[in-house]
Formats: sequence, structure tokens, C-alpha cells
Amino acid sequence: MIVPYGNVLLLAVILFLLGAVCALTRRNLLMILVGVEIMLNAAGLALVGASLKWRLLDGQAFVLFIFAVAASEVAVGLALIVYSQHRTGSVNADHYNLMKG
Amino acid sequence: MSLYAVIFYLLAVIMIISTVLAITRRFLVHSVVFLIISFLATGLLFYLLGAPFLAALQVILYAGAIMVLFLFIVVTLVVEEREQKGLESFRQWIPAIVLSVISFFVAGVLLFEAPGSRETLPAGLATPAAFGQFIFKNYWFPVEIASFLLLIGLVGTLYLGRRKPKEAGNQLEDKR
Repeated sequence: MIVPYGNVLLLAVILFLLGAVCALTRRNLLMILVGVEIMLNAAGLALVGASLKWRLLDGQAFVLFIFAVAASEVAVGLALIVYSQHRTGSVNADHYNLMKG
Repeated sequence: MSLYAVIFYLLAVIMIISTVLAITRRFLVHSVVFLIISFLATGLLFYLLGAPFLAALQVILYAGAIMVLFLFIVVTLVVEEREQKGLESFRQWIPAIVLSVISFFVAGVLLFEAPGSRETLPAGLATPAAFGQFIFKNYWFPVEIASFLLLIGLVGTLYLGRRKPKEAGNQLEDKR
């Protein structure tokens, strides 16, 4: 007997919102990527809990694919950050205003 | 309260505290190290929830590979420290925190009003062998897609990180 599934989901909600706050408020491109990582991690936690609740392995299979997506996203994202830092000399998202958006 | 529940709440507190510390640190190295703690605790939680293979992958992939990649980029990039003072403006923090608190309370009410939310999860275990057989029986095609996605990520990273030949100059740079 562990805990009710609601507690697992609530923990996942808290972590997801923390990741969203990180991605929304920090203006450093690396911290935005970190926020996305935290959100993906929270989604994986909810899926593993659901997999235990319904005794199906599909939830854990989805977490495996989330890992693959997160790994390739981080690789390409970090390469993009390094590239744009070489181009503009900054990793602050507020400095990418060349198009006045 | 059983021992499992105590472990769950302990890990939950560790995860929340280290994530909060990670997203509020001004220095990127500190926040990445706090995030490693958070991801290790997530790996232990995966083990507690009956997914030992995913726990190992979490430690190897997330806390190991991805965070080391972050750490590598953080220490090699020249980050301007001057503009990081005071965690930037509160223009962004206030709406983000207000919306998060509202959605947290809505989610909490929804989760604890849901039918069957009081019954505790039984302890279970999916052995890595059973998990692998399940994956390759039912999800063999997504596995192929995932490997293709990783290949595309590798090619994209190599393309972005290549050194440009000087004489062939980029058109955008010529116009500047």
C-alpha cells in the first residue's frame, strides 16, 4: 500500500507548474529549456503512477518515449542555443528582438 | 501510514524543495545541480511506483546524460552576469505565480473530489524483462520512430554545430 493516486497526480501537478513558472519567468534560454525538462519529468511521473493504478504497462512505455523525445529535444535545443549565442553574443531571450515581435 | 507512504512523502518533499531552489537560483550551475537532485529523487519515486527499468533510465539519461550536457553548455557559454541581477522583472513573475496557484487549487479540488481517490495504490513491480517484452510486442513501431527521432536529433545537432567554411560565407552575414 503506497499512497492514493491523487497524491501522485498532485505531486506531478506541482512539479509541472514549477516547470511552467520557470519557463515563463526566467529570461535565460537555458533556464527556459530547464523548465521544459521539469514539465516533461512531471508528465512522466503522472504516467508511471497511472501505470501502477491500472496495472497496465502502457504508461511506462509512454515514459520511455518521453525520454527519447526529451533527449533529442535537449540535444537540438542546446545546439540552437550555442549557435544563437555565437551569432548574437547573448543567451537572454529579451535580446532576440530583431524582428520587433 | 505505511513505510512506502513515508518514503513517498519524503521523496515528494525533496523533489519540490530542490525544484523550487533550481528555478530560483541566479547562477545556472547551482540550478542545474539542484535539478540533478530533483531528478534522482524522481528516479527513486519511479522505483517505488514499480518501474525499476525506468528508474535506471531516469538516473542514466536524465540525471546523467541530459544534466551533464546542460552543465557542459553552462560552463562553456559565456553568460553575461550583469543582466542576471535580481531575477529579472516582476512583470512576468506575478501573473505566472497567480495563474499557477489558481490552477494548483483547481487541480487539487478536482483530484480529491474524484471518485475512488481515497483508495491507496497497491505495491507492484514490472520487471525489466516483462517491460522489454511488452515494449517490443506492442510498441515496436514507436520504438523505431523514437530511434529515427534520435537520429534526426543527432543530424540536426551536427548541422547546427558545424564550422562554416570561410569563403562560402553565409548570405545573412554578408548583408550585415
